[in-house]
Amino acid sequence: MKKISRRSILAAAPSALVLTALPVRAEKQYGPGVTDTEIKIGNTGPYSGPASSYGTIPKAEAAYFRMLNDQGGVNGRKINFISYDDAYTPPKTVEQVRKLVEEDSVLLMLAPLGTPTNSAIQRYLNQKKVPQLFVATGATKWNDPSHFPWTMGWQPNYQSEGHVYAAYIMEHQPNGKIGILYQNDDFGKDYLKGVKDGLGDKAKSMIIVEAPYETTDPTVDSQIISMKSAGADVFVNTGIPKFAAQAIRKAAEVGWKPLHILSSVGASVGATLKPAGLENAKDLISAAYIKDPTDPQWKNDPGYQQWVAFMDKYYPEGDKTDAGNVVGPSFCQTLVQVLKQCGDNLTRENIMKEAANLHDFTVPMLLPGIKINTSPTDFAPIKQIQMARFDGERWTLFGPVLSGELSG
Amino acid sequence: MTSQSRETIALASEPPRARAIARPSLRQILIALAVLVAVVVPFVLKSFFIFQLTLVMVYGLAILGLNLLTGFNGQFSLGHSAFYGIGAYTAAILMEQLDIAYYWTLPCAGAVCFLVGFLFGFPALRLQGLYLALATFALATAMPQILKFHPLEPWTGGVQGIVILKPDPPSGVPLNADQWLYFFTLAVLLVMFAGAANLATSRTGRAIMAIRDHPIAAATMGINTALYKTLTFGVSALYTGVAGALGAIAIQFVAPDSFTFLLSVSLLVGLVVGGVGSIPGSLFGGVFVLFVPNIAERVSTGLAGAIYGVILLLVIYVMPSGAAGFVRFAATRLKSKGKLR
Amino acid sequence: MELLLQQVLAGLATGAIYASMALAVVMIYQAIDHLNFAQGEMAMFSTFLAWQMLQWGWPYWAAFVGAVVLSFVGGVAIERILFKPIQNAPILSQLAAFIALYGILNSSAGWIWDFNIKTFPSPFGSAPLFGERLVSTHQAGMIGVTLLMLALLYFFFRGSRLGLAMRAAATNPESARLVGIRVGWMIALGWGMSAAVGAVAGMLIAPVVFLEPNMMLGVLLYGFAGAVLGGLSSPGGAVAGGFAVGVIENLAGTFIPYVGRELKLTIALVLIVAVLMFKPSGVFGRTVVSRV
Repeated sequence: MKKISRRSILAAAPSALVLTALPVRAEKQYGPGVTDTEIKIGNTGPYSGPASSYGTIPKAEAAYFRMLNDQGGVNGRKINFISYDDAYTPPKTVEQVRKLVEEDSVLLMLAPLGTPTNSAIQRYLNQKKVPQLFVATGATKWNDPSHFPWTMGWQPNYQSEGHVYAAYIMEHQPNGKIGILYQNDDFGKDYLKGVKDGLGDKAKSMIIVEAPYETTDPTVDSQIISMKSAGADVFVNTGIPKFAAQAIRKAAEVGWKPLHILSSVGASVGATLKPAGLENAKDLISAAYIKDPTDPQWKNDPGYQQWVAFMDKYYPEGDKTDAGNVVGPSFCQTLVQVLKQCGDNLTRENIMKEAANLHDFTVPMLLPGIKINTSPTDFAPIKQIQMARFDGERWTLFGPVLSGELSG
Repeated sequence: MTSQSRETIALASEPPRARAIARPSLRQILIALAVLVAVVVPFVLKSFFIFQLTLVMVYGLAILGLNLLTGFNGQFSLGHSAFYGIGAYTAAILMEQLDIAYYWTLPCAGAVCFLVGFLFGFPALRLQGLYLALATFALATAMPQILKFHPLEPWTGGVQGIVILKPDPPSGVPLNADQWLYFFTLAVLLVMFAGAANLATSRTGRAIMAIRDHPIAAATMGINTALYKTLTFGVSALYTGVAGALGAIAIQFVAPDSFTFLLSVSLLVGLVVGGVGSIPGSLFGGVFVLFVPNIAERVSTGLAGAIYGVILLLVIYVMPSGAAGFVRFAATRLKSKGKLR
Repeated sequence: MELLLQQVLAGLATGAIYASMALAVVMIYQAIDHLNFAQGEMAMFSTFLAWQMLQWGWPYWAAFVGAVVLSFVGGVAIERILFKPIQNAPILSQLAAFIALYGILNSSAGWIWDFNIKTFPSPFGSAPLFGERLVSTHQAGMIGVTLLMLALLYFFFRGSRLGLAMRAAATNPESARLVGIRVGWMIALGWGMSAAVGAVAGMLIAPVVFLEPNMMLGVLLYGFAGAVLGGLSSPGGAVAGGFAVGVIENLAGTFIPYVGRELKLTIALVLIVAVLMFKPSGVFGRTVVSRV
């Protein structure tokens, strides 16, 4: 682990200026966790506990890095991916992240999972100047470079998605009565806020039922009945797959056919719609930014085929109907691009600089037309989503690629 | 209980000895050694391990609170995560919203939790065993919901939680923030453990334990069962609440879903492993609760929960009365072996 | 008014889930005097076994019976192997053992079958009952099966020699031994039966909530609340308690303004605790009088 202090760089500056005029290879600058042959990357995720269904995301990331290392790594360096379980409890996340930074000396944190968990470590990582890159949550607060210059999000945030749905409702059912189902935690409330803000002044009059649920609730039948009873004709369903599926099925059972909007979190064909009954899911509206691996329209898409080959070889026990296994490798691919752009200058400062320097970058599983863009004032890599309608078999994309950027 | 009566018989059967100078008992020597080690350790180890040890002390203190209620007084509680959470949020709100210094948050957290615990103790008087368990479980489940409750959001931060600034050591003290917090926690721990030990050997303590063992006999002897039971609830909540406040300062973050029923279960496991009714055992329970999940994870990330369960089962088989029970058992065996020789 | 009726019916339907779990809880409580935290996970594991059998192509009823039998054997085995060595340990240690069992079952299920939701078929279909869209045939079937199990268990415990022996072993093990009852095996039998009841409950619940390793945590807690409300010494009370919890929660969530939606679980539990204030052994429970 070589570390070159700022002072020596400044002292060398004049001679460096001369040298840069000539085509010489730049001097290697390493942050902690970097050697000529290895880069240490840290991660935390819920391998146990109530949120363990998301544990597949870090597992997919680990598998991706195994593949990458087999192919030679990045610029000749292999990735040493160190991931710890935090059981989705912030105190544990703090402990594990401190371990990664202080004991394992990782260069950066990649895609730590969860909103409260990331909130718990944000200040620490910014104080220690460790990059907190591509956090695996759609909360809106991660795009704040002026206050947290070391933290960057990745996916389109929930509030902007809510805005998109609100705009759609205003366009297609401006006098609609809305019922919204949301999880009673940060992620659910973020969606709620997005929809409300998107409706603006009309939010109070249009939203007639706000129905939260807890993850320990066995069913959401009661919430659906309430909405139908209240006469709602628009249903915004932001539940995670289990509850989204229950809601879809119950709505069909009680004969309620509203304009049914399903958030991207619960929109997987394999994880949500099949259990709910594909016939019940007809005409559902959603918005997406990645390709749904269970959607037959991507069967011959090269990006999809690459992904299937990767899963078959490196993560065969992973569930190919789970969107988490698409998102995980996509985080990795974005990081690899950043590392490539850094070349041999692998200090933490340069990592952040290059992370804020992505232009029209795409990864294979992003929907066509959606690009990753960052700048020193814009820490939201993906801001675009596209609307889709389910026809009983696949999500048919429609409309233009929408941009719903928001900063936290 | 049995070992204590054995000790009394052993003492009574020893020939009287003239003692010019009071010799410190083995127990006192061990405690002094432990404190010495505890004081030296932060200068030798790295920041991260000091942080972990601080958390061990926090959990140990929380488990001691549970111990006072369940171990010493026989009232079953599944709700101590609520008291821990109340203590944590009290500290967070005082520090971040009202700018109060961190050391004042501890007595405040203690006072608030004492009050809540005491008030909860009244309805608890009517309930026994599993019925009381349900009532305390209701408290534990209610807490995250209340913390997320919309009208309270300006204070509690709602689902986003509250971020806390770690206190710096007072100027002039050559310690870093981690070390300072470690010593602060250690000091609080020693004071409170000493308080609990004092309580246990006092008249009040005997009354509390009598209520656990023979409630009817205790009442007949003139002990005001209702008063003692509610007071114990209050004190127990106070201890766990102070632990929660310390924990919040150490972690620097509070969020509603950190204080669910599962935390209560962890505390219960720590209580059992350490030894129900044993004060030093509570600390061992804290060690178990913090480190064993990490060990389980190292064995297998996918089956971490199962490994944890297996380790827990093994501990229960080998030490059914917890670590303290095991130490007592071993000590008595050694003593009796000594006598027979 | 119609909303009230609908929510009550929906509450009864969800309550059936809690009631069947509460029945399993009370069964084991009657056998061993403790609450088994791992009850829900055992039921979940049994349901996964049934699901696996279905995946292998077995017909539904074969898988159903197979799972029930395996669960019975498994329950007995768990008692004999895991709990017999610590049967004299303090209560809290045994409680911790249940917690350990919970961790083992939950983690193993996730590792073997992963955490995505799976559909589980219902033997009753899910058509609307009598054409009415409020209750489906499955939910009606669930209520029916729960009541049937309750009746069977009632007659078993009251009317058969074996049932009587089990009750004796649980109430007064020493005297039971004196009359020749093999207390150890009675306890094991209690575990087996409880596991079997749990398996049936799990297989009825899974079609409604979708099968996944974490499906039973909420159900167990509600079932426990229902059992306590009804009285831990009364299986009928426990079932009634389970239904009551379902209805109370739904009504609280729907009709109490402002707080109802966000705090419905809290409100339901507070109500139960309030009831316990008046009837500390549960609504139908027998008050135990201890002689000095």
